Amino acid sequence: MVSTLTRATGPRTRTHGRGARGPARSAALHATLIAASLVAVFPVAWLVLTSLKPRDAWQSSTVELFNSPSLDNYLQVLTQTAFLRWLFNSLLVAAMTTVLGVVLAATTGYAVSRFRFPGHRSIMWMLLITQMFPVAILIVPIYNLLAGLGLINQFPGLVVAYLTSTVPFCAWMMKGYFDTVPVEIDEAGRVDGLTPFGTFWRLILPLSKPGLAVAAFYSFITAWAEVAYATAFMTGDDKYTLAVGLGQFVGQHKAEWGLLTASSVLIAAPAAVVFLLVQRHLVTGLTAGATKS
Amino acid sequence: MTTQVVDGTAAGTPARGGARRPRGEGRAGRFLARHWYAWAMCAPVVVVTLVLIGYPLVRGVYLSLTDATEANMGRTIGMNTIPSTYEFVGLANYTAIVTSAEFLSRLAWTITWTVVCVALHYGLGLGLAMLLNRPLRLRSLYRMLLVLPWAVPAFVSAFIWRYLLNGEFGVVNAMLRAAGLPGVQWLDDPLWAKASVIAVNVWLGVPFMMLALLGGLQAIPRELYEAAEVDGATPWQRFRHITLPGLRPVSSTVVLLGTIWTFNQFPVIFLVTRGGPGGSSEILVTYAYRQAFEGIRNYSGSAAWGVLILVLLVVMAVVYRRALRRQGEAW
Repeated sequence: MVSTLTRATGPRTRTHGRGARGPARSAALHATLIAASLVAVFPVAWLVLTSLKPRDAWQSSTVELFNSPSLDNYLQVLTQTAFLRWLFNSLLVAAMTTVLGVVLAATTGYAVSRFRFPGHRSIMWMLLITQMFPVAILIVPIYNLLAGLGLINQFPGLVVAYLTSTVPFCAWMMKGYFDTVPVEIDEAGRVDGLTPFGTFWRLILPLSKPGLAVAAFYSFITAWAEVAYATAFMTGDDKYTLAVGLGQFVGQHKAEWGLLTASSVLIAAPAAVVFLLVQRHLVTGLTAGATKS
Repeated sequence: MTTQVVDGTAAGTPARGGARRPRGEGRAGRFLARHWYAWAMCAPVVVVTLVLIGYPLVRGVYLSLTDATEANMGRTIGMNTIPSTYEFVGLANYTAIVTSAEFLSRLAWTITWTVVCVALHYGLGLGLAMLLNRPLRLRSLYRMLLVLPWAVPAFVSAFIWRYLLNGEFGVVNAMLRAAGLPGVQWLDDPLWAKASVIAVNVWLGVPFMMLALLGGLQAIPRELYEAAEVDGATPWQRFRHITLPGLRPVSSTVVLLGTIWTFNQFPVIFLVTRGGPGGSSEILVTYAYRQAFEGIRNYSGSAAWGVLILVLLVVMAVVYRRALRRQGEAW
């Protein structure tokens, strides 16, 4: 869909003249894009290259792409450090956050998308404003709340903290998605005698799997990459998530960049692959409410 | 958006679910019957928000009016419960903060940081989106490469950049030296540290803007460009009078979101410079965080900073929304 659209609009957004683009302009266009791509890719590429070098090679002050490449750093990370433990912790926390967050957010997104009711505007505002809450204002009260419940250094406590940031955003995004599902489907459901809940559950949810997937992905990534709450709430190193654990490699007294880069690659590779698959839907979800007029 | 509205009671309120529906004859009853579905569906989020955000918020505001620190906060050690001994001090925390030199310098830097980052995100994002919105060979390849910074988890990127910018062993300095230039103390000089965190955040944030604006560009009807071309509009006029207004709905959303995200951007500063050197690259959020969790934990001071940050953001959002509404666009 994108390619046909572009082909259509492309010639008209050109900055000069009519007809085909001259070779010089083509070259300039490609040169710009190649330069931008290099800037975008270089740090990631360098990360991968560094992870393949010997453990202490990061201390070399000359630029070299390869230095006896091997997988030693990866082996070391997987066998000598708590990486797998942290990975398991991160997966657990992220999975719990995702399931709870999406379940909670979907119904609200639907209600805000379909019904006009007293409180509608307040809920829209609430969803927007809660996204602005700085970590700093919530973190101490949530810390105290969790401490009172004995949930500090416990995974459920961290999940609760993450829900405060994922739920409003997912509800917002789901609303945008439900807005794109034709309202005639709801009407057909009503005519057949379904309740609004029935319509939502049996007709709209099955049609909204892509939207649900994106909300789930967003929740997962948020929990996967969060630093502040995890640093503050998780006190024992058997409870660290990856984001906290990774910092241990480059602490005050040591700098194991070889190990850090290897574990970074292990963390980033699966996340990046899934991300590249869903990113288009992520943006559509975000701006859906706005692009429709 | 408004075309999607379904009235709660549209065309024969469903037969099922009637059991719990109040059968009141009065206005209040009808009111309830009409809207309870919507309210019930919103209830989970509202409850979660109230418990997990509302309560902490109220408690945070209360703490900001006291002199609570780690030392006088009530806690339980084993079987012994130590009661809290902190006291209500009114607005003392706020006056102390607002009159401190620290606040003004943190605020000035946070605003600079937000404005520069969002402007660069938007400018570069729009530029790249317009380049990608042309017929082009290898278009999807470019697109995928350019999105990569967004695909890597932010904390991983922060660590990568800390390594790249390392004064002694970083590849950036190594390349400068190879080119015969002196290396730069990227993370150890106050000014360069600020430039570095901005660069890192721009690197992280451009892909999102680019994708969002690309979507917006593709939604602009091409007939408009055709008509403008027939009328002899210059490329600049087409950009100014078709592209920019056409992007307005998307732009307004992404700029608002981008501003909020950048203002509250935690990992980049916390992990790349750790706020240093000497606290010079610390933005409001990381500063408040350190107050709460480093040294003697200053809970009340941190909460007061948090409230100030929130007030700033809410004021900004309201002003922004109002400005949009004046131009005839609102929900």
